[in-house]
Amino acid sequence: MQRKVIFKGTLLPILLIAPQLAITGVFFFWPAGQALYFSVLEQDMFGTSYQYVGLENFRTVLSDPGYVSSLWTTAVFSVGVTALALVPSLYLAVQVDRVMRGKGLYQTLIVLPYAIAPAVAGVLWLFLFNPTVGSAAWVLRQLGVAWNPILNGDHAMILVVIASAWKQISYNFLFFLAGLQSIPRSVIEAAAIDGASRQRQFWDIIFPLLSPTTFFLIVVNVVYAFFDTFGVIDAVTSGGPAKATEILVYKVYNDGFRSAQFGTSAAQSVILMAIVIALTAIQFRYIERKVHY
Amino acid sequence: MAQVTLQSVEKRFGDTQVLHGISTDIPDGAFVVIVGPSGCGKSTLLRIVAGLETQSNGQILIDGRDVSALEPKDRDIAMVFQNYALYPHMTVRENMAYGLKIRGLPTDQISQRVARAADILQLGPYLDRKPRQLSGGQRQRVAMGRAIVREPKAFLFDEPLSNLDAKLRVQMRVEIKKLQRQLGITSLYVTHDQVEAMTLADRLICMNAGRADQIGSPLDLYTKPSTTFVAGFIGSPAMNLVSATVSDDGVDISFGVERLPLDPIWQESAGRPVIFGIRPEHLVATGDGPIQVSVDLVEALGADTLIYGQTQSGQTLTARLPGSSVVGIGDKIRLTALSGHQHLFDTDTGIRLPSKT
Repeated sequence: MQRKVIFKGTLLPILLIAPQLAITGVFFFWPAGQALYFSVLEQDMFGTSYQYVGLENFRTVLSDPGYVSSLWTTAVFSVGVTALALVPSLYLAVQVDRVMRGKGLYQTLIVLPYAIAPAVAGVLWLFLFNPTVGSAAWVLRQLGVAWNPILNGDHAMILVVIASAWKQISYNFLFFLAGLQSIPRSVIEAAAIDGASRQRQFWDIIFPLLSPTTFFLIVVNVVYAFFDTFGVIDAVTSGGPAKATEILVYKVYNDGFRSAQFGTSAAQSVILMAIVIALTAIQFRYIERKVHY
Repeated sequence: MAQVTLQSVEKRFGDTQVLHGISTDIPDGAFVVIVGPSGCGKSTLLRIVAGLETQSNGQILIDGRDVSALEPKDRDIAMVFQNYALYPHMTVRENMAYGLKIRGLPTDQISQRVARAADILQLGPYLDRKPRQLSGGQRQRVAMGRAIVREPKAFLFDEPLSNLDAKLRVQMRVEIKKLQRQLGITSLYVTHDQVEAMTLADRLICMNAGRADQIGSPLDLYTKPSTTFVAGFIGSPAMNLVSATVSDDGVDISFGVERLPLDPIWQESAGRPVIFGIRPEHLVATGDGPIQVSVDLVEALGADTLIYGQTQSGQTLTARLPGSSVVGIGDKIRLTALSGHQHLFDTDTGIRLPSKT
């Protein structure tokens, strides 16, 4: 079913897409172009003159041990966030899929966190795990853990991973639930009759049939961890302690806006852009083709 | 191979009762078909036997063992689903082997059984394909194969042929019948298609609104339907059912202006209003027949010609005449109801009236 409306002339079509084009242009292409432009320039100390330096900024960035360590931090962070956002959401989706009564209530409650702004979510977790006033931190201390995300880099990392993943669970849950509901009941019943226990039904039948959803969500969550967690990091740790939670996006901000190194900051943005493009390409390539079975 | 027994199986969904106590005994190796219109509860009954639904009351016994509370996997039954329910991510071979793998059979025995089933079902060349690369008929065979390799106590079929086209359906019907004879496995088969039911069944259960209206051999149901529902459901085109009155002496039956001689076996119903049933194939055209019909519609099927018409008193009748009959719309023809093929039912309950033999 394809319905096409063909507009005559050129003015009307242009006018119709103009608002969207304007938004895309102003908020996407212009900044992206700026980043590309500044990435090959060097600014003097007072910000009054620019000088073309070619790929010098990129060389500086890539040879900077701070950048490499931020890359590693980002890798740990995004793997952590993706895993923590996917596993519980799949578990919740499987449980809700089995529920007969009050399904809508469970769904609503689980989806609710998605409506909370990242920074607010971050602050919420910051309070919960605050070493002096946080209730979760108190529990940890009772368990004998010397919990202190303000001084301990690993603790800080765990905290931002939890704060970032929490919200994302809602989103993943919805997709997993939809994925589960699209698996024909009779296939699972056939497995039950074939003698598969609940667990085997899940691992042999349901999980493989969910693989397109899972793959899609992995890509989406990695992209989220890379780029959309700025608010959480900023609110919870500001990249600290000692840059233990300074992921690439946060480093761009730190270097560019706090340290005013526009050139290298722009070069970092360009590298990030390349990563986004690569991830999107993977996503389109495999998901649009439906890698199923 | 086993005997399956249903003991007053009931099912309620909330306030609605969908099964009103079904009891029957399926002997070892028998092919029993449950037939009925959609919504009569036949699939629910099958799913209860499979263990996919729980009965609200009653018991299921397989070989004398009460399995009512067991999970499907512990009942040792195999089921063929209407949409085949093949595992889409597994090859044909894996689909068939899955149940055996779970039961922990040794690999060589699994491949032996799969090979044999593939042989019987002519699936050899397709063993390494995925279900989506197969045609409907082939998928249907894989679903059968998956059931066969298990060598279960009983086969359950849930309308397995309704997703196939007409020609393939007839072909698969014959194959299922042959296969069941060959393997001798007790089978319970659900369908809404009365031709499928008649041809496959050793024993037929005709269901109506959650009740088993009649249980018997296909011919029993055809020759002696116990209710107007069974009378109308079994046989195609359906039996003619008209309101009529038996004369006081029990010799004649009349509906409107038509009056015809009644079989003497119905003597007991003398003088009462009844529902008179006669199958289209038991109405013959004779020059002096007591029933005059003006023809509304003619369907020439080649071997037979179906006539749809109205009697003088406005009752609708269908007659199956020989294919050579030349009848046109608007013609008036005279029909006679063959003796020995007349049925009488109670006007209120629709239950077959008592007759002498």
